[in-house]
Amino acid sequence: MTRVHDMGGRFGDGPVVPEPETPVFHADWHKRALAVTLAVGGLGQWNLDMSRHSREQLLPQDYTRFSYYEKWMSALADMLVKHGVVSRDELAGGQISPSDLAERALQAGAVPAALAKGGPADRPSSMSPNFAVGSMVRTLKPASNRLMDGGHTRLPAYAAGAVGRVVLYHGTHILPDANAHGFGEAPEPLYAVAFAASELWAAPEHPRDEVVLDAWQSYLEAV
Amino acid sequence: MPHDHHEHDHDHPHSLLPPEPALRVKALETLLTQKGLIDPGALDAIIDTYENKIGPKNGAHVVAKAWSDPAFKTALLADATSVVSDLGYYGRQGEHIEVVENTPETHNMVVCTLCSCYPWPLLGIPPGWYKSDAYRARAVREPRKVLADFGVHLPDETAVRVWDSTAEMRYLVLPMAPEGAAGMSVEHLMTLVTRDSMVGTGLAVQP
Repeated sequence: MTRVHDMGGRFGDGPVVPEPETPVFHADWHKRALAVTLAVGGLGQWNLDMSRHSREQLLPQDYTRFSYYEKWMSALADMLVKHGVVSRDELAGGQISPSDLAERALQAGAVPAALAKGGPADRPSSMSPNFAVGSMVRTLKPASNRLMDGGHTRLPAYAAGAVGRVVLYHGTHILPDANAHGFGEAPEPLYAVAFAASELWAAPEHPRDEVVLDAWQSYLEAV
Repeated sequence: MPHDHHEHDHDHPHSLLPPEPALRVKALETLLTQKGLIDPGALDAIIDTYENKIGPKNGAHVVAKAWSDPAFKTALLADATSVVSDLGYYGRQGEHIEVVENTPETHNMVVCTLCSCYPWPLLGIPPGWYKSDAYRARAVREPRKVLADFGVHLPDETAVRVWDSTAEMRYLVLPMAPEGAAGMSVEHLMTLVTRDSMVGTGLAVQP
């Protein structure tokens, strides 16, 4: 029903270790990993939700032991093969064939415009909002992709079946549960929903603390 | 519902690459360059952007303006995306921005429990702690203990509101202005705004 990346609320982790604002990168290969991932994403062979799901599909033991950019690199290699951009043989160090995608490669001069352009996720939708700011809603339980078993979803397990209050309406956005699997963008109304800490945790730290998360309409039912 | 669609959940070609991370990146970069799929100059330009051009200074500019200009602050809280875009702070991982204001009643704090979503055009690349398992796991359940790891202790009358970035909305915390901020220039105020204060794991610097 959930995967290793869905760790909100988990017990057992140690302290959070603050760090100064510089350096931004702690090793040269971190920078290269970030840049390679962004540059190859520009080939347009997958979307951001597919890319996230690829990281989530790493074996749990790999996800846990890999550092941040190792996850990025490993998931990227998996996607390159899955989408036919490189072959297993090429990855293993075999003979390299030219790619017909080469003409789409991101060139240095196009980088500032590509990064500045971004990729907005709001889309017009035929679905009208069922809830208003102030509405009480309950999230789905279990927190699972309803279009594909074991698929990508953005409802964390800690918030499954919880009752909360809509605090913001964000308009209609691409549904990652569909988009991550090539089922189209399926845009839906998106809300920020606030949950009392006592609704989520057995031992909340403070009676007025809250957690807010963004939830698509199909994750919610009226209370 | 397309339940008949299968994905190869256990196909992990990355294991064909060298296991050591730096060699793994190098192997992939070399392969993609030889196939003509990446321009090494583009990689340098991407790195330069996030190492030298885009960082917490952008967010600090927004916060300092909000502290010194009430009309700007009102507009920012109402429609942050267009207000920060007008300052030139738009782009990848910052297409939809919400600014949440700290007050004596409410302290806001931002996390992404599922991955590492962060407002890049305003804060740059997230720090290691933001991406760590410890922060992702603990921030939603015990934010006050996490704040204590940063040396921040909130009074009992302040509620904590933790924003888990589960969609493409990116949240920036507007920290409370420090004592004595009135009348300071935007440039001076910017020096009091830390990265952590805009994620909600820190407070503004007292001048």
